[in-house]
Amino acid sequence: MISHHKIGQVIAALGYGISADYPEKKKIGIIAVLFGCVLVLCVVSLIFGAYSITIPVIFQTVFVHLTMGDLSSIPKLQDTIIWDIRLPRLILSIAVGGALAISGAVFQSVFRNPLVEPYILGVSSGAAFGAALGIVFHSIFFSIQLFAFIFATLAVVLAYGLARIRGQTPVVTLILAGVIVGSIFSALVSLLKYMANDQALREIVFWLMGGFYYASWNDVRLLVPLCILGFFIIWSLSWKLNILSMGDEEARTLGVNPEKNKALVIVIATGITAFSVSLVGIIAWVGLMMPHASRMLLGPDNRFVIPACFLMGAGYLLVCDTIARTATYAEIPVGIITSLLGAPYLCYLLRNKGLW
Amino acid sequence: MLRIKNVSFRYLEKPTLTDISFSVDKGELCGLFGPNGSGKTTLFKCCLRFFPIEKGVILMNSHDVSNHPVEQLSRTVAYVPQEHKPPFPYLTKEVVLMGRTPHLMGFFGIKRSDKQIARDAMDQIGILDYADEPYNHLSGGQRQMVLMARAIAQDTPLLFLDEPTSALDFQNQMKIWSFMEDIVSEGKTIIACSHDPNHVAWFCDRVVVLSKGGLIGQGAPEQIINQETLDAIYQDTCSVFSQGGVPIVMPKKIAARMNGY
Repeated sequence: MISHHKIGQVIAALGYGISADYPEKKKIGIIAVLFGCVLVLCVVSLIFGAYSITIPVIFQTVFVHLTMGDLSSIPKLQDTIIWDIRLPRLILSIAVGGALAISGAVFQSVFRNPLVEPYILGVSSGAAFGAALGIVFHSIFFSIQLFAFIFATLAVVLAYGLARIRGQTPVVTLILAGVIVGSIFSALVSLLKYMANDQALREIVFWLMGGFYYASWNDVRLLVPLCILGFFIIWSLSWKLNILSMGDEEARTLGVNPEKNKALVIVIATGITAFSVSLVGIIAWVGLMMPHASRMLLGPDNRFVIPACFLMGAGYLLVCDTIARTATYAEIPVGIITSLLGAPYLCYLLRNKGLW
Repeated sequence: MLRIKNVSFRYLEKPTLTDISFSVDKGELCGLFGPNGSGKTTLFKCCLRFFPIEKGVILMNSHDVSNHPVEQLSRTVAYVPQEHKPPFPYLTKEVVLMGRTPHLMGFFGIKRSDKQIARDAMDQIGILDYADEPYNHLSGGQRQMVLMARAIAQDTPLLFLDEPTSALDFQNQMKIWSFMEDIVSEGKTIIACSHDPNHVAWFCDRVVVLSKGGLIGQGAPEQIINQETLDAIYQDTCSVFSQGGVPIVMPKKIAARMNGY
């Protein structure tokens, strides 16, 4: 057993010791507390629901599955509800919340603007158009998720291409290009809504509000590895994100190639956002609010903001989704809950802290 | 250390730099002097390759920088920009620590030694008092001192300073100039642009004078900061005196008042 003293010595010998000048220990502590909170929220979320379940039952079920144990030892209904319905939904909401939150942090740093959200380059409008195509013309656009993803990516590629002037992509043109592309796709979505019959229209509207109704292990298998990979790449680039948030010229003089690194982090952040959106629809506010909240807690250093953001986004969406599925007999689209809970929080920020 | 040969640059079709050539030796403090809009900042930005030059060669350490990657350039030259305010409240010490970025290796990044270097740089400039304050809440002058500390932490053989004393009080101006003298005595090279002919004459080892037409003079300050040069760039506003071998530049009106006594 290696004591934590020994680990500390090894870290110090490598030259990465924590120095007293920078409150890094405290920040790591806060992140650990956030991690604990998310774990507690997971258990709480699994308990809540139309069918009441106790904590030991949850642990028993999960334990049996994880150890490849005998499934016949647990009741079938209990197994279905915990393992096939609530757990994939829980994992998916954690992954989506985390993904949206870290993309928000990335976009805010790269665009040097704390008001930016991950949908700024038209991901959401593109995805909405793809999904609407899949709903209205189901025989041609056979998969809602696939086409939502394709059009989300297409929208960002268009915006990025449109903003590129003489080998550079200034922030202002990028934001404007995002607005242009976004409004084109929104108009196209409206057109499809106009053409759709009542059933399809209803489906489009529901999709646009976002939700985890159909969460399955397949979705989890698709999104989670990508999400984890994206998180670690972005985390490893987090110091460079700090430098990028000082501006392009600053970044150059400090040895961070702005074009290369901006393109890289935007591709990753857009990738995980587009993937999340194509699976669960458009969920607002998480990507805007969580980076703010973590900066308030930990300061602007992205090395700490990125992991904190992931945890807070995950926890927030988990809470929202739990409310969405338990508040009333019918399910409420989670996008409504995130906005309803998020707006007062931002009001609080606005009134109490002066902005950022 | 720095050699600029026949450099020309147009900004939006307007010729900004025409056929500029000069060189600065290792360990020199070179003042870049000239009226507003004469292209001092543009020259810096061309050397840092923010802008692609149209013609000419820029050599640093006798290497052509035109094909140096950003990472390599940042280990050769540090830059203190004129005005800049980031949107996020990074603490002063974090901003200074950013100066260590070109030297960071490996996945985990910042080492304890980097933090120590950043701290020493802040100590040297005398800004430890506000090391824990958000950088974007500081005054313009304080921010200038922070950027100066960042450039020192970057630890490059060459430093470009764009009006490093423009927002400072008199005491801090003198402090920064004497820092610059200390830094060059360590064998580093500084090119600083300034609008004060006295500062340039008093502290620099070499002066390069830019005007809208291009380069109009370079050499030792005693030879360059004279009536002729100042008349060429400021028309009829200055008088140059020499007091014990030290040139002093004064407004004409004040000089006339003095002679009236």
